[in-house]
Amino acid sequence: MSESIHLTYEVSADDFTRAGEASSSVKRMLKQMGVSPEAIRKVAIAMYEGEINMVIHAQGGHIDVEISPEEIIMTLADRGPGIKNIEQAMQAGFSTAPDNVRALGFGAGMGLPNMKKYTDDMKIETVIGVGTTVTMKVYI
Amino acid sequence: MTVNEVKDALHGTYLCGEEHGEVEVHSACGSDMMSDVLAFLKDQAVLLTGLCNPQVVRTAEMMDIVCIVFVRGKMPDQNIIEMAREKGLPMISTRHRMFSACGLLYEKGLRGGASD
Ligand SMILES: Nc1ncnc2c1ncn2[C@@H]1O[C@H](COP(=O)(O)OP(=O)(O)OP(=O)(O)O)[C@@H](O)[C@H]1O
Ligand SMILES: [Mg+2]
Repeated sequence: MSESIHLTYEVSADDFTRAGEASSSVKRMLKQMGVSPEAIRKVAIAMYEGEINMVIHAQGGHIDVEISPEEIIMTLADRGPGIKNIEQAMQAGFSTAPDNVRALGFGAGMGLPNMKKYTDDMKIETVIGVGTTVTMKVYI
Repeated sequence: MTVNEVKDALHGTYLCGEEHGEVEVHSACGSDMMSDVLAFLKDQAVLLTGLCNPQVVRTAEMMDIVCIVFVRGKMPDQNIIEMAREKGLPMISTRHRMFSACGLLYEKGLRGGASD
């Protein structure tokens, strides 16, 4: 592959059962393209955590994925409440998820630390009351 | 051990994916919190959980988990079973509770895998 591929997904917050469909689709695409299993797993896990966050903490949004021969860049932009304290949110175990989210198997406060761990670069831009954009990069 | 051997050790029944019974299982993890499952890479792992929603199947998909075991006789609904079937992911239901189910597999030599 010589040119880069651009994928876009709308993430709806209305239906929790569908959360993760974008990540699943990207994972299948990378597999078809013959990307290494390690890189695929890193992208899949990081994007899935980010996608879930967009659904449970924000009101959905959109995801852009750019796949070039050297790297995969994921941009997750939501229209949520924003993150008050990024440093605190990045700490393992910190979560503001309510009990109903916990009952669904999320809200351990591990998502953002996992995203950082599995990616080669991660940046969070957030504006209170407007939304959050998380950009992650994985080298392939 | 194989997925079939996991099923037998847990006195479980297949919900789907019997045809993948000979797939090798190298490690295991048990949790109801999906982000905990996502925190550590595993090698050919079986996931034991009491949680019954589609995100269990998605988490397994993202982690390349080879088999899901629902403990305490939990039964996911038909949509979830269908989703796993499409992804070629075997699912097993066992009456054992989480602690006992993990213990039975540990006894058979299965481990949690390297922690990092
Ligand atoms: N997109 C977002 N918009 C607003 N707040 C967010 C967003 N992502 C994360 N947060 C905040 O940061 C906290 C930590 O996020 P993180 O993903 O690490 O944990 P969690 O989602 O609460 O639980 P887990 O990811 O383990 O299921 C969240 O509880 C929430 O307060
Ligand atoms: Mg999260």
